[in-house]
Amino acid sequence: MILLAEAQHFVRPPEWTWYIVPYFFLAGLAGGSYFIATLLRLWGEPSDEPAARVGYYAAFLTFLPCPILLTLDLTQPLRFWHMLWNTTPGSEGLNFKSGSPMSVGSWALVAFGLFATVSFLEVLVRDQKIRRPLAGRAVRLLDGTAGRLWIAVGAVLGLFIAGYTGVLLAVSNQPVWSDTWALGGLFLASGLAGSAALLLLRVRYRADARASAGMLELSERLFTLLELALLVVFVLTLIPAGALDDAFGFPWILLWLVAFAGMVPGLRGLVTSRLAVTADGAVVAQPLLTSVSAPGLVLIGVLALRAAVILSAQL
Amino acid sequence: MAEILPGQAYGFFTDTSVCIGCKACEVACKQWNMLSGNEPSFIDGFDNTGQLDSQNWRYVQMIDNVPDVTLGTGQGKAWLMMSDVCKHCQHASCMDVCPTGAIIRTEFDTVFIQPDVCNGCRNCISACPYSVIGIDEERNVARKCTLCYDRLQGGMEPACAKACPTQSIQFGPLDELQQRADKRLADLHSQGVAEANLYGRDEEVYGGLNAFFLLMDKPEAYRLPNTANATLPGRNNAGGWLTGAVTAVLGVLAGLIALRRRQVSPQEPPPQEGSPTAEAGER
Repeated sequence: MILLAEAQHFVRPPEWTWYIVPYFFLAGLAGGSYFIATLLRLWGEPSDEPAARVGYYAAFLTFLPCPILLTLDLTQPLRFWHMLWNTTPGSEGLNFKSGSPMSVGSWALVAFGLFATVSFLEVLVRDQKIRRPLAGRAVRLLDGTAGRLWIAVGAVLGLFIAGYTGVLLAVSNQPVWSDTWALGGLFLASGLAGSAALLLLRVRYRADARASAGMLELSERLFTLLELALLVVFVLTLIPAGALDDAFGFPWILLWLVAFAGMVPGLRGLVTSRLAVTADGAVVAQPLLTSVSAPGLVLIGVLALRAAVILSAQL
Repeated sequence: MAEILPGQAYGFFTDTSVCIGCKACEVACKQWNMLSGNEPSFIDGFDNTGQLDSQNWRYVQMIDNVPDVTLGTGQGKAWLMMSDVCKHCQHASCMDVCPTGAIIRTEFDTVFIQPDVCNGCRNCISACPYSVIGIDEERNVARKCTLCYDRLQGGMEPACAKACPTQSIQFGPLDELQQRADKRLADLHSQGVAEANLYGRDEEVYGGLNAFFLLMDKPEAYRLPNTANATLPGRNNAGGWLTGAVTAVLGVLAGLIALRRRQVSPQEPPPQEGSPTAEAGER
């Protein structure tokens, strides 16, 4: 057996705190909501279309604060565009560094913003919230293959922005963050679980979207299972680096307990539905449409998970 | 001092074995670069600087190794003193992650943060393994040692090296400094000072440091990561993206399973063939 020495970190924290925690939370929900909406539209039944629209609304509305939060976090907010454009004298041009997740993420965020905005406007027209002949004609361009391709690309970008934030933290020399490679996957999985919970909350307010509640409920459970698996990987990767105490010590353990509590509805649903396998093998998903508390708890857990990871390494 | 020419690699050789902890380097650096002074404080022993940051580009570490029991004549090891500075790494972690292109390698092969390009995202701070960079609260950009870029352009050596009274801080062309360091190490070893070692002279630490050191203890004693721990932030790119991609694939599968295996409620019409988007278009 190889005994590994604890990782040495002599670093200063970047002080990514009160703007970044909500940004990571909303980026996970925006990307995840767009992804689930696209699943429902591309592979669901026709009756899933209203829930897909709920997803595109949610994706846009959760995305909207993201660029604002990121800009406010800069110590030179008016230079936000320097992320995309290099102003170095003699090297003016577009900035893109494949090795810097912040650079890649800046572009992904711009691209996802475009897709989320277009899909938002599209569903506004399809829901007849916008009634202009020109808008109707524009939306007809998104019928058929072009529209499917559009949302498929948007969904890939959605998965990207839900997860890249974890890779961004890992590509550093900070304790906890750089001691693991699981954060990208962990944030993506928890973002997906949170998005399913968010949509479950929203379909309560749209009668024709409730047909998809079963899918949302079941996917929330499966995403939570994925999140649990990645949480185990996260812990296992921290052990050789000796970073477990940093990540899970007091007071962070309190945030982790909230994060675990957010996983309880999904995991409990998985266990109880396993016990209720019917004769033809179908898993009985019982949408908890009457309950606000379960999806609410999931969302608070998603926020707590990010807060625990972001703050424990820095404060 | 020979003429300072662009296109040649320059650096510092900081020989801690002759540092007397006078902090002339700190004062000269602050004066030349117009950095704000430090409030009087007595942090620990003789250290009243505390850290490298946006206002401290040279920092004389005073490491108290005075033993509890009286020993015989030693080798001056009771205090370790070391004038710390930005290492101007060949493979610079800060430069790798900087999204704006503000951090550049200059014509003197040093690492420089352009204050008019930096937007203060602080990614460099998260990456720097030496805790060198800080945010200047007046200018609101990341700042650190420039290796006196402006002085080099004017043909002058950096202020700290100029002020150092013991030649603990030596400035010059990198290859020349490396030769000098090798000779100094050989001399010390021949005098029985076995603990003397060079840090960052070779490529093992971040491809070599333009500001490298002769140390009198393990690197960790000076809060410098040892060779095994001197790793670039980019090491987590492959694993991070791969885990994310695998999770994404599993997420798609989970979503499709959820679509397939959900229970269809009785009031719903049975599944129909045909494209959902086409349906949506008609609605």
